[in-house]
Amino acid sequence: MKRIFTNARLILPNAEQPQSGRLVADGDRIAVADDGTDDQAGETIDCKDRLLAPGIVDLGVFAIDKPAFHYGGITRAALMPDQAPVLDLPAIIRHQAVEGKPDLWSHPIAAATKGLDGKQLAEIGLMKRSGAKAVATGRQWIADSGLMLKLMQYCRSLDLPLIVHSEDAGLTAGAVATNGETATRLGLTSATAAAEAVSIARDIALVRETGAHVHFRQVTTRDGLDLIRAAKSENLPVTCGITPAHLLLSDIAINDFRTFTRLSPPLRSEENRLACIAAVKDGTIDVIASGHDPRGAEDKRLPYAEAAPGMAGAETLLALSLTLVRDGTISIGRLFELLSTNPAKILAVDAGLLRPGYQADFILVDEDSPWQVDARKMAAAAGNTPFDGLPVQGRVTTIYKGGRAF
Amino acid sequence: MTSKKTASSQSFPAGSDAFPHRHLLGIAGLHPWEILFLIEEAKQWVDLNKKSSKHANKLDGLTVINAFFENSTRTLLSFEIAGKRMGADVVNMHAAQSSIKKGETLIDTAVTLNAMKADAIVIRHGSSGAVQLIADKVDCPVLNAGDGSHEHPTQALLDALTIQRRKGEISGLTVTICGDVMHSRVARSNIYCLTTLGAKVRVCAPPSLLPAALDRFNVEVFTNFDEALAGSDVVMMLRLQNERMNGDFIPSPREYHYLYGLTRERLKLADKDALVMHPGPMNRGVEIDSDVADDPAQSAITEQVEMGVAVRMACLDILTRKSRAVEGWS
Repeated sequence: MKRIFTNARLILPNAEQPQSGRLVADGDRIAVADDGTDDQAGETIDCKDRLLAPGIVDLGVFAIDKPAFHYGGITRAALMPDQAPVLDLPAIIRHQAVEGKPDLWSHPIAAATKGLDGKQLAEIGLMKRSGAKAVATGRQWIADSGLMLKLMQYCRSLDLPLIVHSEDAGLTAGAVATNGETATRLGLTSATAAAEAVSIARDIALVRETGAHVHFRQVTTRDGLDLIRAAKSENLPVTCGITPAHLLLSDIAINDFRTFTRLSPPLRSEENRLACIAAVKDGTIDVIASGHDPRGAEDKRLPYAEAAPGMAGAETLLALSLTLVRDGTISIGRLFELLSTNPAKILAVDAGLLRPGYQADFILVDEDSPWQVDARKMAAAAGNTPFDGLPVQGRVTTIYKGGRAF
Repeated sequence: MTSKKTASSQSFPAGSDAFPHRHLLGIAGLHPWEILFLIEEAKQWVDLNKKSSKHANKLDGLTVINAFFENSTRTLLSFEIAGKRMGADVVNMHAAQSSIKKGETLIDTAVTLNAMKADAIVIRHGSSGAVQLIADKVDCPVLNAGDGSHEHPTQALLDALTIQRRKGEISGLTVTICGDVMHSRVARSNIYCLTTLGAKVRVCAPPSLLPAALDRFNVEVFTNFDEALAGSDVVMMLRLQNERMNGDFIPSPREYHYLYGLTRERLKLADKDALVMHPGPMNRGVEIDSDVADDPAQSAITEQVEMGVAVRMACLDILTRKSRAVEGWS
């Protein structure tokens, strides 16, 4: 059955600004998305001039947290392998791939090594057959360059992207913050931000060798971004992402030992934060993701160094990212490339774009609607947001997965 | 008000304006007059502690809990004596015997201590920020007796009192702090305290034990001890933890002694009347030589211990004034 969404402002492929028009969904697929008005037979839904954008594809979450994803307009989430048990076996991948259906599709990411121990290759080929769309090193870096080379060769032959965490563990051992005035004042063990560039430099050298597609999940420093920029100008198959926290907060936010600001990689200096904004603007950064990692009091109400890293980011992802549009850093069309189109492209799924034939995954957004982030009232499994109390604008009013409203 | 003059306590505003803080968690953020007020108030207890009967009854009936989550002998003893001399009932809680080892969270422990209706809690913990975490959960004043590499405020106060007694005015003195600055809460609290009071502070450490961004702390940074010592009025040595001596941060104790040990010969580079200090316990022959440490003319190390009790008595007194309804402190 066809459903016609009229009176919408559509975020169409390659368009910077929304286009007034309609979207026709035929079953779970998009049939038409354009500025036309001609009638088609079917149920008509008036979008009341709301923004109609592709559903967000959240690349690299640490928990499947449906209420938070619904609130945040996330229709697909790629789940990091750092689970209990680790996503390192075909059966576990197969089980996880149907978790959340029908209203949320989760794309399990295969662990690169058994148990994510960084020592032995996991059964990546079999996990691909079971539904894995990507491979990841998890929260940690693989120190063994020989293993990393084999991993990239393997991913290349299987045509899977490899998602990596970029921090040289030799430099960051024990550290919970970035070197700087704030960490020194607080007496927190900290590490040089160069840990990121060191690890990216090695991995780019191996990409040059293997031709594997490597996605650097979070790049948060000027030097790291410079390396990615240079690699892209060489046409190497590299992409990179970031979270709103690293775009909007610097290490000053860890003052007062607020453990909700304990992230991995840690918050960086203001200089690096501004370099990240510049990299979003010039297109070096391909993906903005939530890094959603809800953590309860047992993980967070602890002394800073003992608290677990991670933030609940799914609900605030869109609203915080919209500040980049309001500040004039990027257009709204570009924002949904970062939130939806590019992550879908990396995962090679036919979503993230309002294009005929693609999955009818989209959201209606009231981009000016004001609300306040409140850690105690979040839909997420836990409210560990570093943005607690922040007034923001923009919320999702309806979420459509496969043409159905949820 | 500036730190130029060391005023007597009579010249401070009466009542809680002189120290309007509920807890003593650190020196950072304190005004110079607040630091001077604490030091001034300690002086009366220095005199009392020299008498044969060392008892004041100001804290009669109050309960002070010393909650030490990290092993300590001298600081715990100092706080215990301070509390007892002020007349309080002092209870010591050692982490080794506590439920922390059984997996109870710090917050649960804090709530438990609070339910026992302590009138002041003195806390030492191995993790930076842990004392603040507890302070946020309890109804009584909290004294930080050292948290991780963050702060050790009473140590800085007793050091300032010692310097004042031996050298007079702190403002204008050149103080060199040398050792494992990266992991030292004593160094941080002393940097805040001494720079706030107008001293010129030099910081010296091996590059592997120097924290980042020290240039933002209003201090001069050195890695060459001889250069740092030149003309110093006070030389404050820090303890080097045993576990950091064997290759992780420095190659060996003897190399450390060669580069950063305070020897009689090296001390000649400092002012001829330079004061030598150490928060203890000392590694004799590593960061400091015995003949320097034990020279009563230049070393203030035992006097630091003596001042420690007086400073802690003053802190317990001042922080409980509100609950004791002392006039002007309600």
